[in-house]
Amino acid sequence: MSGELVRRTAAELGELIASGEASAVEVAEAHLDRIAAVDGDVKAFLHVDRELVLEQARKVDARRARGDRLGPLAGVPVAHKDVFTTEDMPTTCGSKILEGWRPPYDATVTARLRAAGLVILGKTNMDEFAMGSSTENSAFGPTHNPWDLTRVPGGSSGGSSAAVAAYEAPLGTGTDTGGSIRQPASVTGIVGCKPTYGGSSRYGVIAFASSLDTPGPFGRTVLDAALLHDAFSGHDPCDSTSIDRPVPPVVEAARRADVAGLRVGVVKEFAGEGYQPGVLARYTEAVELLESLGAKVAEISCPHFTYALPAYYLIAPSECSSNLARFDAMRYGLRVGDDGTRSAEEVMALTRAAGFGAEVKRRIMLGTYALSSGYYDAYYGKAQQVRTLISRDFDAAFEQVDVLVSPTTPTTAFPIGERADDPMAMYLADLCTIPSDLAGNAAISVPCGLAGEDNLPVGLQIMAPVLGDDRVYRVGAAVEKALHDRWGGPLLTEAPEL
Amino acid sequence: MTTTLLPYDEAMAKYEPVLGIETHVELGTTTKMFCGCPTTFGAPPNTQVCPVCLGLPGSLPVTNRAAIEGIIKIGLALNCTIVEWCRFARKNYFYPDMPKNFQISQYDEPLCVDGYLDVEVDGRTYRVEIERVHMEEDTGKSLHIGGRTGRIHGADYSLVDYNRAGIPLVEIVTKPIVATGERAPLVARAYATELRELVRALGVSDVRMEEGSMRCDVNVSLMPRGSAEWGIRTETKNVNSLRSVERAVRHEIERQAAVLDGGDRVTQETRHFHEESGETTSGRSKEEAQDYRYFPEPDLVPLAPEREWVERLRASLPELPAARRARVQAEWGLSDKELQDVVNAGALDLIEETIAAGADPTAARKWWMNELSRHANEQGEELAALPITAEQVARIQAMVVAGELNHKLARQVFEGVLAGEGTPDEVVAAHGLKIVSDAGELEAVVDQVIADNPDAADKVRGGKIAAAGALVGAVMKATRGQADAARARELILKKLTS
Amino acid sequence: MSITRDEVAHLARLSRLALGEEELDHFAAQLDVIIGAVARVQEVTAEDIPPTSHALPLTNVFRPDEERPCLTPEQALSGAPAAEEQRFRVPRILEEDS
Repeated sequence: MSGELVRRTAAELGELIASGEASAVEVAEAHLDRIAAVDGDVKAFLHVDRELVLEQARKVDARRARGDRLGPLAGVPVAHKDVFTTEDMPTTCGSKILEGWRPPYDATVTARLRAAGLVILGKTNMDEFAMGSSTENSAFGPTHNPWDLTRVPGGSSGGSSAAVAAYEAPLGTGTDTGGSIRQPASVTGIVGCKPTYGGSSRYGVIAFASSLDTPGPFGRTVLDAALLHDAFSGHDPCDSTSIDRPVPPVVEAARRADVAGLRVGVVKEFAGEGYQPGVLARYTEAVELLESLGAKVAEISCPHFTYALPAYYLIAPSECSSNLARFDAMRYGLRVGDDGTRSAEEVMALTRAAGFGAEVKRRIMLGTYALSSGYYDAYYGKAQQVRTLISRDFDAAFEQVDVLVSPTTPTTAFPIGERADDPMAMYLADLCTIPSDLAGNAAISVPCGLAGEDNLPVGLQIMAPVLGDDRVYRVGAAVEKALHDRWGGPLLTEAPEL
Repeated sequence: MTTTLLPYDEAMAKYEPVLGIETHVELGTTTKMFCGCPTTFGAPPNTQVCPVCLGLPGSLPVTNRAAIEGIIKIGLALNCTIVEWCRFARKNYFYPDMPKNFQISQYDEPLCVDGYLDVEVDGRTYRVEIERVHMEEDTGKSLHIGGRTGRIHGADYSLVDYNRAGIPLVEIVTKPIVATGERAPLVARAYATELRELVRALGVSDVRMEEGSMRCDVNVSLMPRGSAEWGIRTETKNVNSLRSVERAVRHEIERQAAVLDGGDRVTQETRHFHEESGETTSGRSKEEAQDYRYFPEPDLVPLAPEREWVERLRASLPELPAARRARVQAEWGLSDKELQDVVNAGALDLIEETIAAGADPTAARKWWMNELSRHANEQGEELAALPITAEQVARIQAMVVAGELNHKLARQVFEGVLAGEGTPDEVVAAHGLKIVSDAGELEAVVDQVIADNPDAADKVRGGKIAAAGALVGAVMKATRGQADAARARELILKKLTS
Repeated sequence: MSITRDEVAHLARLSRLALGEEELDHFAAQLDVIIGAVARVQEVTAEDIPPTSHALPLTNVFRPDEERPCLTPEQALSGAPAAEEQRFRVPRILEEDS
């Protein structure tokens, strides 16, 4: 039974628990057992407290026993990215500078998971402060891709993507700043969605780049991702940039799963040189599939998308250089070198040098540079203009089509260590995902097959306008359904046994 | 270290000062600028803090509407334009009392611009032009432990309390104040005084300089008389009383004049004012110039105050101090000097309230400015702090008008009330302080006095009416002041001259 | 060369990062490459393009001036590396507040 439970979708588990066919405790134990069995290899989790997990599950069972009506995800386990604050678990953001920190408050997303009855299994590994595309930048060691343990699970939300792909959890949370949900979803063969910016609350999300950070869901199916999206999204008065509108009907859209008559734009700039042939092959097939399902496909040029990467690597570091200034050894976290003789200034600098990893330091200095007087106009200012141009490209495109598609990331999962000290190569992983972060619109990655060269998953990215989140689920679900029919089941069944 | 000064008159003969004043006003909102913590002064350390004002990872600011209304009122009262659209900006610098190591402030887009405030010195009006009024947040407070005097230099370590962190702060910046000549220190003081009155009248701050809810930084530079080129300026901080504003300007003029006279250049620097000595000292010069790396605050959305809202606030402004003074001067028939005395004594509100309670303006002003001011001076108290109300003053005056008290008796009633013996009526009753108005009783006393003072009586009979004064005095003495002097005089003259 | 080693050392001081000589060399080389690459944004030069600081055009988000529960001092200080007299204890501060 417990072996079967971990293979179930979140939607199924929710129904089993609501109907009483399985208890939340049974479901939790099955996943805890799975974590115990495989996480030594995958290393998706930074923190799992078995007793705390069971306590949450028992509460759900007690509510059911009392006759409470349970929500669709009550009792369903979730792997929670360590970027979200949690009152009852440490929150490190993958950094030594926050090792052991226990926040005195819950993130809004955390609070909504609890309110929906989800059982938080633990906190998942991530690139330090969400900066990276591989989880290799975690201060606590890399997470391994369940498809091939020598490869990265993507990043920065690689712990959550690996946990979901390895059946350690049916659902996972992530944050997407430049692709940190979609890229790991793509390279682990699961579904990951970046909602419209402001559609999900950033309160309690340890900030990387405030104008870009967007919490979003991981699931093994489009419907599962939609259910989780629906559970934690929506207006939050604690986040000034949160949109005061109802959550788009993502669950309904995921169930609808049809594309007949929908206009699909293929982004001309995202193909060709630099893309792995196997990625392009699966991507081309996916576009053909959409056409065969009744979508009208057209090629769309978004000329400024090629400037998205350089603009992003100015905007995100600029914001992070300011956001991470608070880690200074004065109020919480690590303090190094306080021997009674050194000044606060020296202790701050020693602590930050010891507590931050190389990528974080690089970005802090890059952002400090871009904001410095004398350089601001040439770098940060220009990057903000590019941001305008990218939004305009999207606006023009969405006048012609309903959704845009591209590969999620140019390559499949790369080997651990391959790009570790080559920042520019690492940054290319986010080439196709960044435009939607800069413009704030919704985008999803759904599996579209395995690359011929390495038998590793490839993701299809679907982008929709701001607040068009339902549209990406609708198209994603249609693709998923057709491919499952073709394959005779989900792509993940192709993954090697752990 | 002694500072060389040039005597003020000598300095003025050679140089023309240019001033600039930056004033910080803490708004008296119930809660902080960006979170719901209370702003009560003097609470135990770190009891008015939350994740937001402690800058904990993941926390986000949300703007207090009342604070924005407060700054708009200040802007309107200072004749500023309220811009249609502006943003908050982050001012980045590391300092232990600043929880995020950036201050949320405004940079090149202040909310209020281009206003003025007229101030009067020695009967001449000076128009101080306002460059900008912008919104920001306050910092925490440090206690410096060890070393000599609790000062920052030589301390062993510091203890930080963040109760003050995040209290809304309005910064009011003047344009350069020129052509004030030798009155520069007085103009600076008059500006600070008038600004304090204005903000107090608006009811948006208690503007208590001694508690730090209003703080001034004073910029001073000198240019040689006849020159059109401004000199190098210093910024003097920590100027925490109106008197200090005047002293700080004067001191900087004398100090800079001595520097220039010695053939040296004034160093552009921050200086600190010392209340005890009246001197300024150089702030620690920094190794590198500050670079605050301002950029638009991504966690807050832009402010775009609707015109209707601004006009509603404009309509809600109370009568402002200058208009009120003009009205009062006309209504009460005061000379400029008398008005100035009333304002300087802080008696305007009290006199108005006394008039509102029924007293005539002249009597109300005389009681407060003579009898009660003298008492306040003796006690070293503010007028408003005396234990007597405007209604009580009006009641005593009413008894005088009704002929129940003469001035001498009235003064005794004031003394009784101020000594805490009760209301005017209670004091009158307790001491039997009633004018002797019984005609027969008074006549008997007058007859006795005439009999006892034959010389004086003869003089009056002989036409020396002035000699009646001595007889009236004797009547008053005999009645222990309780006779109606006018009535007694009438009787004496009637008896001796008719 | 888009950035010098001295400039990188200055950035490290400005960012409060006590970097060693080797680290500085390493970062200087990497930042030089990265800055060269991101400078591409300058190819898009039109003056009349407004900058975007926020993804969505929201304005005027306010909260009412109402009290919300504070943390207890114990919670506030729970993560402090050092505390004394209910305050955060920090090493001596060199510079005056700016």
